[in-house]
Amino acid sequence: MSETRTPTRTELFLGYAKMGLLGFGGVAAWSRHVIVEERRWLTEREYAEILGMGQILPGPNVGNASVMIGRRFHGLVGALLATSGLYIGPLTVLMGLALLYDNFAEAPGVASFMHGIAAAAAGMVIATALKMGQNLRPPPELIAIGITALVAAAFLRLPLLLIVFSLAPIGIWLSIRRAYREAPAK
Amino acid sequence: MSLLLQIFLAFATLSLVAVGGATAVLPEMHRLLVVVHGWMDDATFTQLFALAQAAPGPNILAASLMGWNIAGLGGLAMATLGMLLPAAVLAWYVAGATHRLRGARWLKPAQFGLVPIAVGLIGASGITLARAATTGWLTWVILAISFVFVWRTKYSPLWVLAGGGALGVALL
Repeated sequence: MSETRTPTRTELFLGYAKMGLLGFGGVAAWSRHVIVEERRWLTEREYAEILGMGQILPGPNVGNASVMIGRRFHGLVGALLATSGLYIGPLTVLMGLALLYDNFAEAPGVASFMHGIAAAAAGMVIATALKMGQNLRPPPELIAIGITALVAAAFLRLPLLLIVFSLAPIGIWLSIRRAYREAPAK
Repeated sequence: MSLLLQIFLAFATLSLVAVGGATAVLPEMHRLLVVVHGWMDDATFTQLFALAQAAPGPNILAASLMGWNIAGLGGLAMATLGMLLPAAVLAWYVAGATHRLRGARWLKPAQFGLVPIAVGLIGASGITLARAATTGWLTWVILAISFVFVWRTKYSPLWVLAGGGALGVALL
C-alpha cells in the first residue's frame, strides 16, 4: 500500500473520467477504488486527508479533492484536467438521459436495471467506508467522531453544515492532542 | 439582469454553502429555484433531482440539469459553472495553503482529525442510499453481495454494479 506513483496528465484525466462515468450513487467509492487501489496515486491516508478537507469545504468533496489532487501532481493544468474529467462524462450521459427521459422512465427493463444498480451501489458505498476505516486505523477517540458523524447524518438526519462544523474542531483538536502526546515537543 | 446571469448567481450562492455536496443544499436549491425565482414547479424539480441521482457522476450535476430545464444549453453552462467555480477556487487556495504549511508539525494531525468525519459521512450516505434502494428481499441480497465483494476483494466494483443491474432486470 505504501508505494505510490505519479500519474501523467493523460492518466489523471482518464482516471477521473472513469470515476465520473462509473460513479452511480455518488463518486466517493469509485474515487477511492481508482486512486488508492487500482492506480496507487496516493496512499489510503493521503487520500483520506484530502477527502477530509474536501468535506469541510463547500462543494462536492470528491470535486474539491479533484482540484487538490490535480494541483498536487500537475498544478493548474492538473486541477483542470482532473475536474473536467470528473464532470464531462457524466454530464454527457445526463443530457442524453434527459433527452430520452419520457421513454426512459416508462421502460420497465430500464427501471429494474437502475433499481438493481442502486442496491449494489449502496452496498459498495457502505463497504468503502468500512474499508477506509479499517485501513486507516484511527485511534479510538477518532473512531468515536466518525461514528458520531455517521449516526448524526444517517439516523438523526441533522443538517450536514451543523455536523461538519461541530465535529471538525473536535476531531482536529483530538488528533493534534494525541500527536503531541505521542511525540512531545523537544 | 439577464436570465443567464441570474442563474449563474443563484448557483454560485449555493456553491458556497454546499458543505457536503448536493444533498446538503437540496432544500436551499428548492427554495431558490421554485419559491424565489419561480423557474420551475415542485414536480419538475423533484423529477430532475431523481434523474440526476439515477445517472452516474457527482450528485451535484443535478444543478446542470436544472439549468438546462430553465434556459437550455446556456442555462446548463451557467448553472454548472456557478455550482463548481467558487468551490473549486476555494479548494485551490486551501490546497496552496496546506502546501505552504507542510513543515508545520500540527498540520498532519489536524488533517487526520478530519478523516473520520469524511469516512463517517460516506458510511451515512451508503445507509441513506440503502434505505431508498431496498424494497424487498432481492434488493437486500444484491446489497449484501455487493458489500462483501467490495469489502473483501480488490476487483473492480463494476462487476457487482453490472451484476446488480442484471439481477434487477431478471428478477425485479
